[in-house]
Amino acid sequence: MALNRDDKSPLFAPGVAGTLRLIVYLALACVLMVLDHRGGWLGNVRYGLSLVVEPVYRIAGLPSQGFQAATVAFADRQRLTEQNQRLREDLLLANAKLNRMASVAEQNTRLKELLDTQHSLSLNVQLARLIGVDLGSFRHRIVLNVGARDKVQPGQVVIDARGVMGQIVEVMPTTAVAMLITDPNHAIPVTIERTGLRTIAYGSRAGDMLTLPNIPVSADVQAGDKLVTSGLGGRFPPGFPVGEIRDVAQTASGTFLAAQAKPAADLDRSEDVLLLHDLAESAGPPPPAPNVGPPSDMKPDPNVAPTLPSVTSPTATPLPARASTAATSTGATP
Amino acid sequence: MNRLRVRQLWFAATLLMSLFLMLIPLPGPLTPFKPYWPALILLYWCLQSGDRVTLGLAFCLGVAADLFDGVLLGEQALRLTAMVFIALRFRSRLRFFPMWQQSLAVLGFLVNDRILLLLVRVFGGDPLPPVEYWISPVVGAALWPFVFLILDDLRARLRIHDA
Repeated sequence: MALNRDDKSPLFAPGVAGTLRLIVYLALACVLMVLDHRGGWLGNVRYGLSLVVEPVYRIAGLPSQGFQAATVAFADRQRLTEQNQRLREDLLLANAKLNRMASVAEQNTRLKELLDTQHSLSLNVQLARLIGVDLGSFRHRIVLNVGARDKVQPGQVVIDARGVMGQIVEVMPTTAVAMLITDPNHAIPVTIERTGLRTIAYGSRAGDMLTLPNIPVSADVQAGDKLVTSGLGGRFPPGFPVGEIRDVAQTASGTFLAAQAKPAADLDRSEDVLLLHDLAESAGPPPPAPNVGPPSDMKPDPNVAPTLPSVTSPTATPLPARASTAATSTGATP
Repeated sequence: MNRLRVRQLWFAATLLMSLFLMLIPLPGPLTPFKPYWPALILLYWCLQSGDRVTLGLAFCLGVAADLFDGVLLGEQALRLTAMVFIALRFRSRLRFFPMWQQSLAVLGFLVNDRILLLLVRVFGGDPLPPVEYWISPVVGAALWPFVFLILDDLRARLRIHDA
């Protein structure tokens, strides 16, 4: 029983068939990876299999949910009252600010109506909850409990009370995966609020910071500067807080300043997040006009066109004509 | 007959459990310490009953893990297949190692796995991961004796219970 010495498990001799099978499977895996990396159809496969994937997410999210419920259940009264008090104060403060802002906002809308612009200050949002699922280490992604059935689309912006968290990258029927702004593959166009300098904040490979690797050396950037979305690129609407610059240093090459920023949003702690419904207006060059040039009925006939120069004005293009005749003559002589 | 079915159920249940463990998040600061559970469970079954674990099974488990993980289809399939191949090849020797040597071997497997993952990611255009990336194999190797003993004990109990 213990010493299982048949062909299946030889003590030393490796099997050739096993190696062949290994190569086949590895090749299959590589093909899958390349196809997925190029075509990105993993999302479609996952959408198709969401009947299996989503319940698993829900079940896997249960422990963290239970943990939170337990924290609330066993939290002492003192702390809850304190928290409640603090939330009340925050609400009072926020309401007072809102009341003051309301008149300004109204004035703003009236002025904007006068200017005939379409921007609006109102937010069209949707509340979503996080599902506590770990999507691989060093991948800054979160799973939300809303999906295609709630009209969620890829590209929607995820915010919390303090700032931008990220954007939706994948949608399944009842869940959605969002990429956080700290993901190494993520970039967000920002403005430095104090100076108006536009730049791009990338996610960093380590930890929960943002990096701004290409600020001009002459730019005025200090630690403590606030970053807000600039609205360029048409993905993130302008004016949402993104983070705060912590330190600025020259890059190794000395051609740029590189800054580290701390995200404004509570990326680790937020439980409830908001999904913005209105995407920013795309602020790029207008799409090229599809039909330029004269109408098709006025276009010269393609069959006639090549012969036109030689027929209508042989003197206007003497060189090509001569060259072509020379070519034909030399081609004809031998 | 019934015993066989119970054993198969137990086998499938542990593999499913490993996928769940992979998805369940640890609280914030502990995240880099999370071991790669599917690899540990597969290694246990490789050593314990090598005829049941095949390359095909490892591939399928990897594809399933990729589906849940949603990063790159085929990435974990590649890693698990490679690991199971090495484990099956050295299975007969690994089984008679004392526990600390087995742990060291598992550390080797897991580090190798991380190197494969690093290769795949770098080829895919990702930046190099931070230092904490290399903690997980050490944690996995440290956990190995407990995983092995607990699973072995449970298996023995199930068999006794069933008989």
